Amino acid sequence: MDPVFLSRLQFAAATMFHFLFVPLTLGISIIIAYMETKYARTGDTVYLRMTKFWGKLFLINFALGVVTGITLEFQFGTNWSRYSEYVGDVFGSLLAIEASVAFFLESTFIGIWIFGWKKMSAKAHAAVMWVVAAAGNISGIWILTANGFMQNPVGYALRNGRAELTDFFAVLFNYNSILQILHVLPSALVLAAFFIMGISAYHLLKKQHVDVFMRSFKIALPVALVCSVFVALVGDFHGVNVAKTQPAKLAAMESHWETQTRAPIVMFAIPDEKLEKNTIEVISLPGLLSFLGFHDFNAEVKGLKDIPRDERPPVLPVFIGFRTMVGIGTLLILLSVYGWFRRNKIMESPGYLKILMFSIPLPYLAIEMGWVVTEVGRQPWIVYGVLKTADAASPIAATQVLFSLIGFILVYGLLGAVGFYLMAQNAKKGPEAAH
Amino acid sequence: MELQSIWFFLWGLLWAVFFMTDGFDFGIGTLYPFLGKTDQDKRMMINSIGPLWDGNEVWLLTAGGVTFAAFPKVYAVMFSSLYTPLMLILFALIFRGVAFEFRGKINSEGWKKLWDTFIFLGSFLPALLFGVAFANIFQGIPFDDKGIYHGNTLKLLNPYGLLGGILFVLLFLQHGANWLNIRTTGELRQRAIAVSQKIWLALVPVAVIFLIASYFATDLYANYFKTPALFLVIFVTVAALLATRFFIAGQHFFKAWFASAITIVGATFFGIIGLFPRLFPSSMDAAYSLTAFNASSSPLTLKIMLGVVLVFIPLVIIYQAWSYYFFRHPVSREDLDLEDAY
Repeated sequence: MDPVFLSRLQFAAATMFHFLFVPLTLGISIIIAYMETKYARTGDTVYLRMTKFWGKLFLINFALGVVTGITLEFQFGTNWSRYSEYVGDVFGSLLAIEASVAFFLESTFIGIWIFGWKKMSAKAHAAVMWVVAAAGNISGIWILTANGFMQNPVGYALRNGRAELTDFFAVLFNYNSILQILHVLPSALVLAAFFIMGISAYHLLKKQHVDVFMRSFKIALPVALVCSVFVALVGDFHGVNVAKTQPAKLAAMESHWETQTRAPIVMFAIPDEKLEKNTIEVISLPGLLSFLGFHDFNAEVKGLKDIPRDERPPVLPVFIGFRTMVGIGTLLILLSVYGWFRRNKIMESPGYLKILMFSIPLPYLAIEMGWVVTEVGRQPWIVYGVLKTADAASPIAATQVLFSLIGFILVYGLLGAVGFYLMAQNAKKGPEAAH
Repeated sequence: MELQSIWFFLWGLLWAVFFMTDGFDFGIGTLYPFLGKTDQDKRMMINSIGPLWDGNEVWLLTAGGVTFAAFPKVYAVMFSSLYTPLMLILFALIFRGVAFEFRGKINSEGWKKLWDTFIFLGSFLPALLFGVAFANIFQGIPFDDKGIYHGNTLKLLNPYGLLGGILFVLLFLQHGANWLNIRTTGELRQRAIAVSQKIWLALVPVAVIFLIASYFATDLYANYFKTPALFLVIFVTVAALLATRFFIAGQHFFKAWFASAITIVGATFFGIIGLFPRLFPSSMDAAYSLTAFNASSSPLTLKIMLGVVLVFIPLVIIYQAWSYYFFRHPVSREDLDLEDAY
């Protein structure tokens, strides 16, 4: 077996698994910090019970996020040594800054938060949670900046057989990274808000702990509404930027083969990469793709046929990924808007509550699919236009990678199952009674 | 001093601090099945490091991240060459981390036993494997001029490599026991104190054998003979090791812990100084070795990263030291009753 392929599988499995936990950590930490601040300000114990209840779920999730994050950093060295050597001058520093600036802060203060109850004032304890939330999101900013360099490399020069940093600020203010930050961090809040609303819906349907869950719901709802709309708006900017900087990705997102003006969006298609066309196309909306990419219904959009075969990403996963993400994103906006109009009659809307309960996995799926579009759509490049994935792997034996890949699947599968089981158990159990 | 030399020193320092901080977590996890007789003992042991272990582990990420940023070629060759042991360490650390969090979440004997096993393995294996890995680096790793590894993972378990592993385990056991002497109470503490003295009796001869074996198995001493003043580092380390014993006997447990911390930092620097300027020596041909000068990042990256590290690492040290200070008291009943305590 091909070590490059195995390493790709392993990295995909490890990142996608890691990202099952990251968005909830990022989003819910902010919301919990807000809840705890309310408690510190008002002394209302409902807020305290909320903080502790969501805090418990947050901590289980956090543990899995942390332990699965470490392997990612090291995989650049173990499995992608040629990549590390080639772009470490730029990319490595971003990871090192992430650890020293943000991750230390998060990891140290999470310990203080867990074990610091009763050792400090309520206000100080709430402030600790704000530090955790801020540090986590700052971590995210650095990681997305690093990923932005892979999508749209800037601020470097090819010297001494590698990419060397020439302009640090160009890397920091990479337009692609900024869009990613503005897209990913709010989407984490969307996920956290739907997580809270979904679990609250479960208890509200059973009419238990209504004080805690009604208030939780009402805190999460505006977050869901504002952020889901914001994520979509930034996504639109993303489309334009992709059209400009990564035409192959845009063409794959839409399974678009022929270069043409008034390019259509097809609702569904089955692409055939060998024949270079779609075998089935359902509902074609002319001009929409031109609008998506260039905000002009008549703009010309490059088709996959005009991109050399060896520079095309796999079409099907990118195409389906994009549709899933956008479809779910739209649905989440609708659910939020509907909820907003029913916000004072939530208890009389059992159907809506039920839908919310079953919607908890949707933002997870949308976010994972968003990453599929971003990362698979970047292929065959690992750093767009600079280094191909096939040239980036370590010169190591396939068997080694095979064993670690099996290890990852078993260990992560097991831990993921246990983690979600524990979260579900604790979510169902509900908050502790007031002391 | 050139930028690269400064970075070499910082690189060594970050690894040393990682061993010094997460080291006592590893030690406590290794002592865990032996000292923890009751569930209460066990909980006291893991809660003694509960607020700290996560922040301690970040030193590993930072050591790795800084290797990536400052010496990308070392990062590439070192971690791909040591693929299997590194993966084992990472898996062990994963299990350790979730074991702390999961163990108390379900009240069943079997469940707790399962995670107890992982706490032990997740602490013992990294301690052993880091020692084995570093001792092998001291001897040189078989990789060629293209950075391609030609060794065999099992050969890492050579006598000197294993000796390094045993040394690390004992250093961390000592350090961990010293922390238990500070943060536990009752019978558990009595056992910890007794054990910390026994560990010392084993650690001293192993340390001496390691220092002697290093003379024959490696060329670490070359730098020392070139600049004899460097022997001071070894003397300080040995002095700290000896002081550990006296502080324990005198019931000065904080001082004992500081002494074992200095011992670990000193032991790491014993090797780092001997390696200079090599970060990852090749055993196939000295010319292939990766050094601070042939494997570093560009001067611009080194400068920016130096700025970042000089501002943020002292900050990290300040707030981590504060959190250590904040959690310096023995783990109490009230601490164990906290909802999210381990």
